[in-house]
Amino acid sequence: MGKDPPSATLEMFPMGHTHKHSDPLSDTALRVKTLESLLVEKGLVDPATLDALVDRYENKVGPRNGAAVIAKAWGDPEYKARLLADASAAIAELGFAGAQGEELIAKENTDDIHNVVVCTLCSCYPWPVLGLPPVWYKSAPYRSRVVREPRKVLEEFGTAVAADVEVRVWDSTAETRYLVIPQRPNGTEGMSEQDLSDLVSRDSMIGVTRALDPADVGAI
Amino acid sequence: MDGVHDMGGMHGMGPIEMEDEKGPKFHADWEKRVFAINNAIGPLKIRNIDESRHARERMKPSDYMASSYYQIWLDGLVRILSEKGVISDAEMSGAIASQPFTGAHQPALAPDAMDMVMDKGATYTRDTGKTPSFKVGDKVQGRNIHPSGHTRLPRYARGKTGEVVTDYGLHAFADANAHGPDDAQHLYSVRFSSQELWGADGTDGDYIYIDLWDDHLEDAS
Repeated sequence: MGKDPPSATLEMFPMGHTHKHSDPLSDTALRVKTLESLLVEKGLVDPATLDALVDRYENKVGPRNGAAVIAKAWGDPEYKARLLADASAAIAELGFAGAQGEELIAKENTDDIHNVVVCTLCSCYPWPVLGLPPVWYKSAPYRSRVVREPRKVLEEFGTAVAADVEVRVWDSTAETRYLVIPQRPNGTEGMSEQDLSDLVSRDSMIGVTRALDPADVGAI
Repeated sequence: MDGVHDMGGMHGMGPIEMEDEKGPKFHADWEKRVFAINNAIGPLKIRNIDESRHARERMKPSDYMASSYYQIWLDGLVRILSEKGVISDAEMSGAIASQPFTGAHQPALAPDAMDMVMDKGATYTRDTGKTPSFKVGDKVQGRNIHPSGHTRLPRYARGKTGEVVTDYGLHAFADANAHGPDDAQHLYSVRFSSQELWGADGTDGDYIYIDLWDDHLEDAS
């Protein structure tokens, strides 16, 4: 058996040409356009509603909502107690509620417990407080690994968890949606809620990192 | 169904590709449209959320693993809308023009009603349903079931023993809701030790909490 003959396909269709006609993303984009056109034509979808939905989740509903909740909880023990007792109600006090956050549950990190959230079966995530999930949260590596080796996953995020701290992984298999209350960093006494909220990253509310150190965000 | 979507505990998926929270929310314009269409479809009440999830997990496994998440959404959306008779392959391929959809549905979501509808969300709790079989503190085992339909009992919890730590009350049962009446029953937070799930590869003192319905569990006391 000799070597395979040179690829006729590559010779006949140079990279640029091949790419132009077989890029799966272009096929995807075309399919989406077709689907949208059909649904609009049937009167089932209004393009202006689609624009508004994109704007809502691209520009309005995101992790800064959750950060406001956490900052308030850090500064107000009574609010934190309400957040832990009934997160949906406490979060609604700040005006955040709705789809993919109908049954919110807050889990507090302490010196002894570190919480981290996943949806191994799909992409469940608390939209009203965190917005839409990042790509990695919905991807196979995170979904497969964090229930089996959470400490290794956390290490990859730069989060070392001491052996005597209990790791709790919350797999969102129902319509309950989990929000982690990260620990308030040291050296933040007297900071305003606004400055505190700058320390609360999206990842710290998923539980893969801790809240930011004030020195790292120039908040003091 | 025992599909590739049920990936808790699997090996070989590689490292996590992190992305900063200040990065883009969408990575292509078509992703925005898929996201928005999927949400705009909800209020029509042609398909429910569990039918929607089950449509996604029926994507061809090799395609599922090779697709981005919004591609999986698109596949599921086309699949469920086709099954519900809303669209057809012939329309999607352009072989025929758009045909009217005559099935029952609620009105299209209007732009000025969108925020109100999304702020309201849905209700998954129920006032009536099955009497609970378990209470907080009970030892329970994930049942060794392998339904070909939708289930929210992950494979990694089947046959494993845990403890009921919270009773969330009566909820629509996702496994049933994906195929017909929602068979409301109690939903529990069940705590499994890492070593119960993963044996010697688990970590002593770590726990995995899974939300499971009554029918997912059996008594293990």
